[in-house]
Amino acid sequence: MIPQSFQYESPGSLAEAISMLQQYGEDAKILSGGHSLIPMMKLRFATPEYLIDINNIPGLSYIREENGVLKIGGLTREAELEHSDLLKQHFPIFADVTKLIADPQVRNMGTIGGNLAHGDAANDHPAVMMALHATVVATGPEGEREIPIDEFFYGFYMTALQHGDILTEIRIPMPPPGTGSAYHKMERKVGDYATAGVAVQITIGDNGVVTAAGIGLTNVNPVPLRAARSEQALIGKPLTEETINEAALYASEDCNPSSDLRGSEEYKRSIVATLVKRMIHQAVNRANNS
Amino acid sequence: MLKEITITVNGQQHTLEVEPRLLLVHMIREVLNLTGTHIGCDTSSCGACTILLDGKSIKSCTVLAVQANGKSITTIEGVAQDNQLSPLQEGFKENHGLHCGFCTPGMILRATELLAQNPNPTEDEIRWGIAGNLCRCTGYNNIVKAIQYAGAKIRGEELPSTEPEFV
Amino acid sequence: MGHSLKRKEDARFIQGKGRYVDDVKLPGMLYMDIVRSPYAYAKIKNINIDEAMKVPGVVAVVTGRDLEKYNLHWMPTLMSDTQMVLPTDTVMYQAQEVAAVIATSKYAARDGREAVRVEYEPMKPVIDPYKSLDPDAPVLRTDKEGKKDNHIWNWKVGDKQKTDDVFAKAEVVVKEQMHIPRIHVASIETCGCVADYDKVNNHLTMYMTTQAPHAIRTVIALVAGHVGLTEEKIRVISPDIGGGFGGKVPVYPGYVIAIAVSFLVGKPVKWIEDRSENLQADSFARDYHITAEMAGTKDGKILATRFKVLADHGYTDASANPSKFPTGMFSIATGSYDYDATYMECDAVYTNKPPGGVAYRCSFRVTEAVHAIERITDRFALEIGKDPAELRLQNFIKKEDFPWKSPTGWIYDSGDYHKGLLKAMDTVDYHQLRAEQAEKRKRGELMGIGLSTFTEVVGAGPSKDFDILGIKMFDSAEIRVHPTGKAIARFGTKSQGQGHETTYAQIIAEELGIPAENIQIEEGDTDTAPYGLGTYASRSTPTAGAAAAVASRKLRDKARKIAAYLLEVSEDDLEWEPGKFFVKGAPEKSKTIQEIVFASYTNHPPGMEAGFEATHYYDPPNLTFPSGAYICVVDIDKETGAIHVRRFVAIDDCGNIINPMIVQGQVHGGLTQGIAPAMYEELIYDEAGNILNGTFMDYLVPTAVESPKWETGHTVTPSPHHPIGAKGVGESPTVGAPPAIANAIVDALSPYGITHLDIPITPFKVWKALKEKGAI
Ligand SMILES: Cc1cc2nc3c(=O)[nH]c(=O)nc-3n(C[C@H](O)[C@H](O)[C@H](O)COP(=O)(O)OP(=O)(O)OC[C@H]3O[C@@H](n4cnc5c(N)ncnc54)[C@H](O)[C@@H]3O)c2cc1C
Ligand code: FES
Ligand code: FES
Repeated sequence: MIPQSFQYESPGSLAEAISMLQQYGEDAKILSGGHSLIPMMKLRFATPEYLIDINNIPGLSYIREENGVLKIGGLTREAELEHSDLLKQHFPIFADVTKLIADPQVRNMGTIGGNLAHGDAANDHPAVMMALHATVVATGPEGEREIPIDEFFYGFYMTALQHGDILTEIRIPMPPPGTGSAYHKMERKVGDYATAGVAVQITIGDNGVVTAAGIGLTNVNPVPLRAARSEQALIGKPLTEETINEAALYASEDCNPSSDLRGSEEYKRSIVATLVKRMIHQAVNRANNS
Repeated sequence: MLKEITITVNGQQHTLEVEPRLLLVHMIREVLNLTGTHIGCDTSSCGACTILLDGKSIKSCTVLAVQANGKSITTIEGVAQDNQLSPLQEGFKENHGLHCGFCTPGMILRATELLAQNPNPTEDEIRWGIAGNLCRCTGYNNIVKAIQYAGAKIRGEELPSTEPEFV
Repeated sequence: MGHSLKRKEDARFIQGKGRYVDDVKLPGMLYMDIVRSPYAYAKIKNINIDEAMKVPGVVAVVTGRDLEKYNLHWMPTLMSDTQMVLPTDTVMYQAQEVAAVIATSKYAARDGREAVRVEYEPMKPVIDPYKSLDPDAPVLRTDKEGKKDNHIWNWKVGDKQKTDDVFAKAEVVVKEQMHIPRIHVASIETCGCVADYDKVNNHLTMYMTTQAPHAIRTVIALVAGHVGLTEEKIRVISPDIGGGFGGKVPVYPGYVIAIAVSFLVGKPVKWIEDRSENLQADSFARDYHITAEMAGTKDGKILATRFKVLADHGYTDASANPSKFPTGMFSIATGSYDYDATYMECDAVYTNKPPGGVAYRCSFRVTEAVHAIERITDRFALEIGKDPAELRLQNFIKKEDFPWKSPTGWIYDSGDYHKGLLKAMDTVDYHQLRAEQAEKRKRGELMGIGLSTFTEVVGAGPSKDFDILGIKMFDSAEIRVHPTGKAIARFGTKSQGQGHETTYAQIIAEELGIPAENIQIEEGDTDTAPYGLGTYASRSTPTAGAAAAVASRKLRDKARKIAAYLLEVSEDDLEWEPGKFFVKGAPEKSKTIQEIVFASYTNHPPGMEAGFEATHYYDPPNLTFPSGAYICVVDIDKETGAIHVRRFVAIDDCGNIINPMIVQGQVHGGLTQGIAPAMYEELIYDEAGNILNGTFMDYLVPTAVESPKWETGHTVTPSPHHPIGAKGVGESPTVGAPPAIANAIVDALSPYGITHLDIPITPFKVWKALKEKGAI
């Protein structure tokens, strides 16, 4: 498996990269971790003429908190997310999700920006970003713009990024006290893409009422899906088995999985329901223990 | 169009002219003739091609040689220092951690980073830590044992028994 | 014997100095890549190579028409069927070789491959083996004159009348339909070769991934003898092999094309397949559809079994069975139980799928047989409400009844089945587990305990019954001891990770008293090694290991003569202890083996041949019959179907053990290859014959996370006829593990009326079965 020939560029600054992208247009692809792109190029499913490697642009890899917002650089590797103390403290969901993405070697290369920009509903970060109500920052010829995660994924492998845009940052509101998060996916073996995956972040107020909820689903829809009805079923009410079951039911109804080697449509809906329940419980446990 | 790159391989610097599409694994095997790094799949699944890139274990079949420009890599040929086997090499040999040996270089390099990050991993952490490396021969029991042995050696503790355990 | 000597071969592997086929690089070497069919069944209308020839570096594109000119476009299979090397007009399965691109680099060859344009006219394929026998099914092998259907052969064994009578009268009859899925050996090294034809000397050196180098040399001579490549002009070298498991026994078209191209252009040609090519085109294993039936009494006595098999061989019968055994040793399916009525029948058919039927870590279809008997035995226990362990203990052949003649004619050499099972039960605390299970069932939780108590048949084989392409299945050892007392020994087998360099050295060390570290073992070069049939079907220790022992004993006899001469006593006055002969009653008068060997070159008795060398071709008097008792414990998540293997205990009996560490390693590896088809692996085709999981993304080879922590042990019942009492162990675990796992899962689900699930049993399958039974 060998890629088709291409021209390789390795810009040293964002501006340079953006101008190259503009110059080469549709024939150019950004190379980040390369662990979605290079496999596709080896199979010749992707045959870009120009590869713009953004790995040598300084300042794109970081995890930090600023004014109540968590900021993750687009070039931050999965392994860095996995081992970050800041994330462990506030967002246990990152430890959940990274452990389930591929394997350690892939996580040493793959980046969160690439994972989102790839626009693949089978990838795990999109659902997590939905649960966390993230905002994606795209930097293009006109400068930076913020794209709410709900407006980011369009269609099959399609995102709101335009040619010339580089996904430079992800912004996530720091969670208020009483918040917990969790992610799990059913997979056929470790490192596999999800049969179905569920990301949950939930905030419980002092009076036991759910004040905020985010639920994202992996690989059960042509595009990454927010389980909006499920969130609504929880918000503003005390958390009971009943509301949790309702949320599970809605998620399983609102997704749109297809039958394939990983299981039938019905099975996947059932897994979604089960995982929604389990992840809510886990998130709440974490909220209570934090 | 060829690109000039400079890479340090097992401590030795090389300057090469390569096609941008040249995969790092092919550079290692075909250009530098370091054939200890293997290829076992075409979907980045098996880990036979694992090497260290600036100390991080990566699958060299899914990285371009040009991406390694200016960096330093370690392959299995560079693991033993001054003819002294590394703790992992010794662990694999002493604990029958290999049969055909095809997965072994990748396993050893992956485990090298694993132990560098966590010299005292649990069995579960070891198993998850080598989940990107397939072995068709050993059933993994003895690979786990080999890594535990190397961990003890690195920690300077008493070495566990290398005799097979039977019920 | 019995010493866990660390492996001699490891030093090179852990330092990256193994030498596998892809590591061979010769001056002027060309690279070959293969264009493959996207269709399962199609006419080739046109192959356009113009664009490909324009790709820089491409030197040739070879098609079936080119090979036809030299009559090299067809080859025989090991089962005396025929197979295309490259097609001239029709492709018979997806991923079949269509054309070969030869270039000066790997990259150019791949670019060339992408540029070859093939026009096909797809036809409706036959994929379902049951449908292939329909009267209106298209006849696939139109190349075979007079062939009117897709039936390959029918095989039967046993006493039909007697068996039918027992069934007719039996109190209890159970029946299940089971599929042993089409799987792949998936050794981490794929297949490949470097064919190096030297025009000047008319000599071919073939470096290739083969488990049977000598047999391959003979096959090459049979295929290419007419163009002048006769057997003495061929040298096959099988360097280090990155796992074989039976998948590196067949001759694949790629090898033959590489030879043909090297022969035509006079340069070395390398061909290394990709993983996806390996999974999609190289020989599969298994794919038996079995109807299994058992008859017995209400209190648990097994009286008879009946097995009806449909074998899907794909496009051609390219399985690797001994010639007289088209279903291999399937007739071992009567199992470890004492009853005398059985009838088995098998029909083999062609379909538009890749050919194969290799003995994947299995002595020719024993895996299929063991799965059938062990599953149906559990089904019987379930039917009559008896504990499956008790039922087995009740029906086992008793230790004192060996040698035991099975209803299909095998002479089981030895065994102690009760001992093995009781040990396994003891290890897991079986009765405690059953109590725990009863508790859990009350709470609706799913826990299962599965057993498999199998008998294996390995070590093919006695030459009166066993041959491949007419060559008897003996194996060989040649030992040369140098004047300084160090030795080199060469074998007709070929290790692919089994540790021959260590075990064989240990056998010779044991017999001759030369330290194992002073014995170098060599295999895999047909120019130097004695002829042998290779390594598969757990035959190396039973055959070549025995040959090593017998050859050593020949040398010991010679040593005795020399010692008698040196010590000036009669041979009868000498006694042997490992490493030396001494005079009875006067142990201070002795000669070490090293002294004796030195004398054989410097001071040998008059009239005796000088030197210290022996060769033996060992033809076993019988097969050996290893056995095992495996117990698996699973917990199942009812909501998702997720299966957790909590414990797996394997008690094997492979007779005397040469190196416990290596034996245990073989068992561990085989167990992981057993859980693989039980829970993860299957090659899946759609109705059009497209493979749906032809890469490692979807063909799910277990990682260290899926693979449980195996617990292993053994009982020792030596083979009475093998020179060192060993039986061979490489495949027991692959054979024995799947039914133990399947039985455990079905046991967990049985309260809901589930009596059988086909492997691989995935969470989805479990969930679906529970759903259908209204359990969730
Ligand atoms: C064996 C294997 C298993 C895997 N399993 C999983 C899994 O279980 N779950 C999962 O989520 N993922 C999985 N992945 C995918 C992996 O996580 C990828 O790394 C990730 O999807 C892409 O990130 P990357 O940095 O490698 O992106 P790249 O491959 O470099 O790029 C992916 C795409 O995004 C574009 N792109 C990249 N970065 C940017 C940017 N900053 N701005 C704009 N466009 C950009 C590229 O042009 C390309 O089209 C697996 C990959 C492999 C090889
Ligand atoms: S060859 Fe790199 S992961 Fe398989
Ligand atoms: S030792 Fe053979 S693949 Fe691991």
